[in-house]
This record gives sequence, structure tokens and C-alpha cells, in this order.
Amino acid sequence: MDRFLETFFNPVVMAQYTPDILAGVWVTLQIAAAIIVAGIAAGLALACLRSYGIRVLNVFIICYADIFRALPPLVVILILYFGFPSIGIQLSGPMVLFIVLAATLAAFAEEIFWAGFSSVEKGQWEAGIATGLGFTRTLTYIALPQAFRLAIPPIVNRVLAITKMTALGSAIGVSEILSSATTAQSFSGSATPLTMSVIAYLAIFLPMVAAARWLESRTAWKKR
Amino acid sequence: MANRPMLEVVALEKRFGPNTILKKIDLKVAESELVFVIGPSGSGKSTMLRCCNRLEEPTSGDILVNGRNIMAGTRRDLDRMRLQIGMVFQGFHLYPHMSVLKNVTLAQRKALKRSKAEADARAMNMLEQVGMAHKADAYPGELSGGQQQRVAIARSLALDPKVMLFDEPTSALDPELVGSVLKVMKDLKSKGMTMVVVSHEMAFARETADRVVFMDGGVVVEEGTPDEIFGAPKAERTRAFLSRVSG
Repeated sequence: MDRFLETFFNPVVMAQYTPDILAGVWVTLQIAAAIIVAGIAAGLALACLRSYGIRVLNVFIICYADIFRALPPLVVILILYFGFPSIGIQLSGPMVLFIVLAATLAAFAEEIFWAGFSSVEKGQWEAGIATGLGFTRTLTYIALPQAFRLAIPPIVNRVLAITKMTALGSAIGVSEILSSATTAQSFSGSATPLTMSVIAYLAIFLPMVAAARWLESRTAWKKR
Repeated sequence: MANRPMLEVVALEKRFGPNTILKKIDLKVAESELVFVIGPSGSGKSTMLRCCNRLEEPTSGDILVNGRNIMAGTRRDLDRMRLQIGMVFQGFHLYPHMSVLKNVTLAQRKALKRSKAEADARAMNMLEQVGMAHKADAYPGELSGGQQQRVAIARSLALDPKVMLFDEPTSALDPELVGSVLKVMKDLKSKGMTMVVVSHEMAFARETADRVVFMDGGVVVEEGTPDEIFGAPKAERTRAFLSRVSG
């Protein structure tokens, strides 16, 4: 038992590396926030564009969504970070992490919002069109709010899954939580910093899971 | 005044692939007239109605509302014309994420660009007219079918349409709720609204319609006053249909 505590919960190591881990938390939070905002906005925009039914455009959107849902993000991260400098495109680690994960989230979000649009009753569109709102305003005021509401639970799950992947930043030297922890681990020779990363991830993501549950519970329409 | 056509359907044709749903339909609806359209399912009566605001795109023909052809002009012209053509659906189609009041003000605000105060006042006025003012803050899911349909009528009326189209407005309702909706429609008729009603409520047609149109197989088989159509139908198909519905 002592050995276990010594390995994973060494108080001296904890005290020493807390500032590093906290710095990592800050980096993770910033990148995650940027990914969530950009990914959802882009996904929503793509789903809206898709609803206009312009065939050529939709082929591109569907290809994009399928490719980015199929590719492991780490592969794309490594290509952008290690491969792109050779063709003259130099991107920082955090930028690569942001671009790839936001693009991945956008692909999933597009599909989720699209499913939301598809399940809005045809009659809702007809009611909007018949009252002179036209396609765009019917989309904006009638279909979108309903699609968005249907999309919340799956979107939140996807956001959780993808923002966790900021840990992939450790592969390209982004000093996020896992990176800070592994660095601290090699300097200290103790596994305690990894424990600290676990605590840090839980501190960030458990509230998000709880928020997801809360959101899901209030997505039902008022029924009598 | 009573003879000026408010809605004119000219040589309307609608094909879905190889099937011709509507074959050269002509129909004139005068101002303040209530035209009742009956016919078996698949006769094209709903499609005809839905062509009148181009929810269904006609294959050929013209639709004139208050003298203006809605088949000519741009998309924006069409959206402006649609403000003058109210439509009530079988399935109500109220917006579930908005209160009753918001349902009635949305198009007023966003399409007619009325101010909030003006739209709210107009909405309350219309809700009053259909007996739903007390539910202005309720959500559609909290209302019965009959109440939802009355709100849907108010939503259309708030845009000051020249013509109201009713597509089987009571078909989805429990029998005991039908009366409340028919009463609203009757009020509307007495206020001089031009109306085209596709419905199976024959007793209502007899009582309120100025003219009854019988459609079958994509054509207008026969039209006349309720007394003529219900009392002494000329065409064999009309007689067969009426004997079937009166059971």
C-alpha cells in the first residue's frame, strides 16, 4: 500500500509539479474552447448549407464529413505538423491540434445537425414557406431551433470525445495536460504527475458530463 | 364586387413522372366566396389546393391571386404573394418551440416586418377571434388538436390574407373538436373572407358553401351550388361518391 501511495500520490512530487500541471490545464482549456466553438459553428454552417440541396456543394460536404469521420485525428495531426513544413507550411503545435480537432468535430457535428434537420417534420417547412418566410428564414427561425434541440445530446457526447483528444497534443509537443504530466514524470521519475493529469482531466470533463445530462433532461418539448 | 375573381386557377396541370395528377383544371373563386372542394382520395383536390401557393410546383398553368399571376416573377415576389394566401393544414404544423403568441407573430415580424407591438396586438386580436387568446402563452404541445388548428388559423389570418386555403382542416381532429374549428371558419366566411376548403365535412358544405366543386381523377367533374351538387348531382361519378360518403 505504501508503495502504491508513494508511486501515485507522492506529496512532494505533487507540490513540486502542480504549477506545471495547472499550466497544462490552462492550455488544454483554451484549445478545447476554441475547438468546441469553431467545430460546432462550422458543422452547423455545413449542415445549413446542405439543406439548400445544391448537389455539387453537397457532394463536397458529404465527402468532407465522411473523410474526417473516418480518419484517426492523430494521423492528420502528424501530417500537418511533420509533413507540411516540407511544403513550406509551418504551423505551431497548438494550431495543428486546433485545426485537426475542430475539423473533426465539424465533420461529426455536420452529420448530427443534418440528422436533426432531416427529422424536422416536412409540415414545419411548409408552414414557414406558406406564411411567406421563404427558405432561409424558415430554416433560421423554424427548422434550425428544432434541429439544434434534437442535436444537443449527441453533440455534447461528441464534444466530450473530441476535446479529450487534446491529449494527442503530447505527440507534437503541445504543453497541454498530458504533455506536462509526462514531462514531469520523466524529470521526477515518479508516476504521480500522471495521477495529477487524471485528476485534472476529471476536474475538466466530469462537470461537462454532468452538464450534458442536465441538457438532455431539458430537451423535451412542453407536452400536456 | 362579388364577381371579381380573387383566385383564378387557369389550365393547371400537375404531373409526377408519368402520372398526371391534375389535368387542365380551371377554377374561379370570387371575392368573399366560399368554394368547397370534394372528391375521393387521390382525386387531386389537395394537390390542386397546394398548387395555389406553389407549395406544390405546377407543371403548367397559371394561378392568379387578386389579379396577379404567382407563376410569374421572382422567388421574392412569390414569398410576398404567399403572404396574401393563407393556408391551413390537416396537421396544423404549429411551431413546437414557440409559444402560441410567437407562432402568430413570427411571420408578421420577419416577413411583413411589423413592429413587435403591432404584431403582438394583431396576434391577440386574431387569437381573440378564434377563441384562443387565453392560451397565448401556452405551447402547442399543451393544446388539443382543435385548439392547435384554431391557432394555426389565427397565424394565417394575422398576415391579412386575401384568400384562405383549407386543406382538410378537421380530418386529424377528434369528432368532438371538429365543431370548434368549423365555427371559426363560419365566422370567417361571415366576415367576407374568400375561402377554398378541401374537406369531407358535407354538412358544413351544405350550410356554408357558395359553391361545391367535385373533383375526380384530376379533373373537375361537376360544380354548382350545394343544393345542386348534394340535391341533384348530374354526373354519375358525383352520385356514386356522394352515396358512398353519406354511407
